Amino acid sequence: MNAISSFVQARPLDGILTLARSLSGHHDDPRRDAKAERNATGAHVQIEGLQHRYKGAAANCLDKLEFKVTPGQIVALVGRSGCGKSTLLHLIGGLMQPSAGGVYIDGNRVKSACPRWVVMFQAPSLFPWMTVAQNAALGLRFAGRKAEIAKRIPPLLELVGLTAFADRNVQDLSGGQQQRVALARSLATQPELLLLDEPFSALDAFTRRALQQDVRRIAKELGLTVVLVTHDITEAAIMADRALVMAPDPGRIVTDTLLDPGPERHRDNPQFEAERARLATLFEATA
Amino acid sequence: MTEAAFSQPDRARSDAVNARIAMLQGWLRSMAIGALGLGILGALWALGGWYIAQSPGMFAFAQLAPVPTLERLWDMAQRGEIWDMSAPSLNRVGWGLGIAILVGVPMGILIGRLAWLRDLSNAPFQLLRMISPLSWMPIAIMAFATWDAAIIFLIFVASVWPIMFATAAGVKRIDPAWLKVSRNLGANPVHMLVYVILPAIAQDIMTGIRLALGIAWVVLVPAEYLGVSSGLGFAINDARDSLDYARLGATVLVIGVIGYALDSLCLLAIKRFSWLRSDT
Repeated sequence: MNAISSFVQARPLDGILTLARSLSGHHDDPRRDAKAERNATGAHVQIEGLQHRYKGAAANCLDKLEFKVTPGQIVALVGRSGCGKSTLLHLIGGLMQPSAGGVYIDGNRVKSACPRWVVMFQAPSLFPWMTVAQNAALGLRFAGRKAEIAKRIPPLLELVGLTAFADRNVQDLSGGQQQRVALARSLATQPELLLLDEPFSALDAFTRRALQQDVRRIAKELGLTVVLVTHDITEAAIMADRALVMAPDPGRIVTDTLLDPGPERHRDNPQFEAERARLATLFEATA
Repeated sequence: MTEAAFSQPDRARSDAVNARIAMLQGWLRSMAIGALGLGILGALWALGGWYIAQSPGMFAFAQLAPVPTLERLWDMAQRGEIWDMSAPSLNRVGWGLGIAILVGVPMGILIGRLAWLRDLSNAPFQLLRMISPLSWMPIAIMAFATWDAAIIFLIFVASVWPIMFATAAGVKRIDPAWLKVSRNLGANPVHMLVYVILPAIAQDIMTGIRLALGIAWVVLVPAEYLGVSSGLGFAINDARDSLDYARLGATVLVIGVIGYALDSLCLLAIKRFSWLRSDT
């Protein structure tokens, strides 16, 4: 991803604030900058006594979950299919309401979906009747911030490496490029929290690895808090600062571990490989 | 740079030119076949005209043959009669179809979105749909103060069903993920309608309108046999009563040509609203 690295390297020191400012397109308005700065710090997420039971189900699919995610942290929820990790992500994003307990983002209880925390799904689900730029601008349009579209979308498309495709129909793009549009769409409203629901699982291995690296780098540059759902240990090791391993029946967290795979998050790196192996062993032992 | 590097863009350009030539050839071929089809129809018409002229019992209808009909058509066109007889008909179809769109599209969206409404309305709507629009004629005459209103009602009754059912079918096919993503991005119900549902089903709505227009155009002529003294249906009746068969033939031709033109316009609109990529 040359576009991202050049974008990031051009602003090596005060990356977070400058990038947030340049994305907001407002350099003069101090209130704007203050808001951008606050956005850039990322959300604090607190899960309190969270339980969930689907209608008609006999048992809870999630049971008494308690954890916190600090601002700017990237957390991977790792677990086998059916352990409730996607349900947990939907509850955090306010797309569903829990049976008991609650989700608090920056101290406020989550009651519904909100542009400040956005979910990215496995399928990009772009609108095929729109161009790349129009798809990326949807969140701003829905938020009534149309005036910002012209200023914010071009740097965002540069960030995800799709400047040349801005006016192309999304049906012309590859799967990986479409997922990049979905990422730009998610970032357009300057969210504080990005919730990723296995967003790369439909992509080929090469594209997947590139996007994993890029999304981590972008999240770190923007200071976003990220919660990532995955069943792929390597993905968790590449992307996350911390892994929560979940076990099923009922869905619960059995392991909470900080990840330190070193600066080079790549399978050729021995330190990364050792950390990945440790997480895999923990996963096998508990999940 | 090597020769291979030079030849790459050249080859791409010649591929593009070839593709354009192939497209043009295909278009010319379909135009030629279409012209041939019309030619066959014209030949059959001429054959029929010749046969009628030969038969002693049908000699009175000889004016229905191509030559007298086309002569009369030219004459009518010069005197502006074609527009005079078509305008009231187009006006009535426009109103009937317009009201059918205003009723059918929102109703179709609701039926497509709400399962309970679909279940509730299915039986009564299917029953109403199968009633020939013309069988409402006596009721329409009693119910409406003017003949025009009665005809517009008949056209509405004929065209509302295809629009409603095509819209509902389109809504049912909308990818639920689009709605989930929009909700996640903070869309309110109006946003959902304007940015997701309507663009997603625009093609289905246009397909419904095309079907409806076909039916409405067919229903129009017998509906205009009623009371009114204008329009294509009236012109047909009038020509028959005054035994002016060349005029009758010319009016029939006008009805066919206008119907064909309207259908072609709908087809263009369907292509315009289609977002699905056909691989070329």
